[in-house]
Amino acid sequence: MTSATFRIWRGNAKGGKFQDYTTEVSEGMVVLDAVHQVQAEQANDLAVRWNCKAGKCGSCSAEVNGSPKLMCMTRLSSLPLDKPVTIEPMQAFPSIRDLVTDVSWNYQVKKEIQPFSPREPDSADGTWRMEQYDVERVQEFRKCIECFLCQDVCHVLRDHRLHGEFIGPRFFVYSAALEMHPLDTVDRTTELANDHGVGYCNITKCCTKVCPEEITITDNAIIPLKERVVDKMYDPLTKLLRMFRG
Amino acid sequence: MSTRGQGEANRSMDYESYEHDVLVIGAGGAGLRAAIEASSAGVSVGLVCKSLLGKAHTVMAEGGMAAALANVDDRDDWKVHFADTMRGGQYLNNWRMAELHAQEAPARARELEAWGAVFDRTKDGRILQRNFGGHKYPRLAHVGDRTGLEMIRTLQDHGIHQGIDVHMECTIVELLKDGDRVVGAFGYDRERGRFQLFSARAVVLASGGIGRAFKVTSNSWEYTGDGHALAYRAGADLMDMEFVQFHPTGMVWPPSVRGILVTEGVRGEGGVLRNSNGKRFMFEDIPDLYLSSTADDEEEGWRYTQGDKNSRRPPELLTRDHVARCIVREIKEGRGSPHQGVFLDIAWIKERLPNGAEHIKKKLPSMYHQFKQLAGIDITEEPMEVGPTTHYVMGGIRVDPDSQMSTVPGLFAAGECAAGLHGANRLGGNSLSDLLVFGQRAGQYAASFAKEQGAASINQGQVEEVARQALEPFERGEGNVEGPYQVQFDLQDMMQAQVGIVRTEGDIQKAIDEFPTLRSRADRVGVQGNREYNAGWHTALDLRNLLMVAEAVARSAILRRESRGAHFREDYLQKDAEQGKLNTVVRLDSSGEMQVKQEALPPVRGDLQEIIEDNK
Repeated sequence: MTSATFRIWRGNAKGGKFQDYTTEVSEGMVVLDAVHQVQAEQANDLAVRWNCKAGKCGSCSAEVNGSPKLMCMTRLSSLPLDKPVTIEPMQAFPSIRDLVTDVSWNYQVKKEIQPFSPREPDSADGTWRMEQYDVERVQEFRKCIECFLCQDVCHVLRDHRLHGEFIGPRFFVYSAALEMHPLDTVDRTTELANDHGVGYCNITKCCTKVCPEEITITDNAIIPLKERVVDKMYDPLTKLLRMFRG
Repeated sequence: MSTRGQGEANRSMDYESYEHDVLVIGAGGAGLRAAIEASSAGVSVGLVCKSLLGKAHTVMAEGGMAAALANVDDRDDWKVHFADTMRGGQYLNNWRMAELHAQEAPARARELEAWGAVFDRTKDGRILQRNFGGHKYPRLAHVGDRTGLEMIRTLQDHGIHQGIDVHMECTIVELLKDGDRVVGAFGYDRERGRFQLFSARAVVLASGGIGRAFKVTSNSWEYTGDGHALAYRAGADLMDMEFVQFHPTGMVWPPSVRGILVTEGVRGEGGVLRNSNGKRFMFEDIPDLYLSSTADDEEEGWRYTQGDKNSRRPPELLTRDHVARCIVREIKEGRGSPHQGVFLDIAWIKERLPNGAEHIKKKLPSMYHQFKQLAGIDITEEPMEVGPTTHYVMGGIRVDPDSQMSTVPGLFAAGECAAGLHGANRLGGNSLSDLLVFGQRAGQYAASFAKEQGAASINQGQVEEVARQALEPFERGEGNVEGPYQVQFDLQDMMQAQVGIVRTEGDIQKAIDEFPTLRSRADRVGVQGNREYNAGWHTALDLRNLLMVAEAVARSAILRRESRGAHFREDYLQKDAEQGKLNTVVRLDSSGEMQVKQEALPPVRGDLQEIIEDNK
């Protein structure tokens, strides 16, 4: 057995500090295993949020050696263990305690996006017909596990703290899934531009890089939304028509 | 905060109060569906989640949702689904629940689509359905291998616009009663550890399973049998608790991922099980009930997985209980894989399909990633190593099949924590449909029950007693005492070893004899720190529930002297016709002891019996 040191942030909204814990590590372990081991053996009250331990629920988001990661999918073998592994909570959200942050803002944001509203059913039995090809685009977005790592890494939220004016990559993916849903009838472009701040994104693709579900957030979701906004709100011909129609 | 200040904060019995017409405890598929239904019936609804919204175990469901839509094979209908469910459950199922489930699942699936779910499509644009163990026809509506995520997200995104009050990261520690009737619940929020009192005219339990009672499990920390234990302590009957499903294919290596689920969809797509000699051992032992519906050879089995309607299913797609036992046999007899599992090979289909590797990644994307990231294995190139993992409990709270009300007025249950639908063994895919069908019913009946009730009164004495007990671990934490984790680990080791996949009277008795010791250890555990997001404290409180459900499993298991479905007794290898007419009922007697006895199954309605016979 070899051992490794984990430098874990302990504290709450009022402040805190890193604390080192040394524990034994074995083949195949992930960061979450190490945190659990520390919790069971040395710090019973260490706060960590987790559920499925298989990269499917998106609960155990944190920053490992400075990168936003799911702790359950980050193998120790992918990290240098000759120096302490730092584990700290996501920085874009308020601290609750130790590795747990208050992500409730995300739940508020989602509520403000206009919900799905389908067209009339295609068939008398109340069902619809959709081509596999047409649903695949949306299925990519619906893989999202709501880990909020994309929100954490986005500089508009993380550095500029524009939580009031910008919904973040997760909710552009959510909006794109609705906008491109073959059955949906709602047009969300006006609020995307005016209230949801799609213009703030300057397509640095940080979100795409950290997405554990490998959703091509910037290229497939945000850029097409930006294009829709431009087409609808800034296209000269449309603008002219709007002037006449009032 | 000073130690003294912390001590005072830890001892605070203050609580916040909430009032709802219907309180739903649990926010997976069943809880969300119940909350949506109750809300649409015009009552106020509170939804309590032990975790964040959308993280419940429903997200882990991979394969799909069983519903006789007949989109892929038009021979399917609710009758065949009903008969398949009863056969899979070895006829211990509540026939009325199996009937309602089969009849209503298609409407529940279509409704999800109307709420935005995006299932995979057939060539003519309808919902695609796949093969699964024990289902005669391709019946599982699915989205790749992440159907559960699609379902919970659809319900969540629909539900947040229905005026439901969501209480995230809140754990209920006790139900509150006024006379016979359940009138609320008392718990705490994880974030600050503050107590919360919910008064309600009806309560729906949708709290999921008990997987954490065992060492190797696909379940997360949440599944400590809370709903089962809350209902039991409130005086409700539990039923058929001996039936715990060990899913045949969990990951076995590396050690830290042991137990994580490998979807049955791998076998549905043509994956085969082999032992260390490279032999497809599943062909060696096919139960009589399934002889006529199982492929004669590998060739026919392959054709079945590729949609040939005239072929029969390969033996890898027999029911989960049987496949799990065959795997255990191979390992026991020395033909296992290097890490005490067997091989599950999907890579071989590249011999049959031109774009095999791409096909695998497309059909099983999350399995591909799971093995690649956690085990360093490329499933399009190498076989996986798999072994059984504790997955699901068929037993649970005894409910009225139509209304889902338990034996306690005002207390309803739906989903995994309710008993009846699955009998002795659940078919894959029947869980997601169960959540929706009975979540909807529980919500509907809880709402109408709530409308008929006057306001109830909360018993302050009970509230104070529950609060005082919940804080005891902190009082003890100041001394040099055992923490909660070691007790939990010892319980899990014991259940795995003595009341696991293969059981004998001697082993089960040993487990039963251990409970008094484990209980008194649990009663003495102490925790340090304060009440904010303190996992040690939560584990200490959950232990009581875990011990209760584990004991119910063991005491039910010793009573059933036969092997049926998921309950396998090495000392009673055969099914027993008389035992097959009995449910096992667990209840708290007036002296505070656990009472376990067998009660006669309700006789199957005549027309349904005919359906069963026609499909044999």
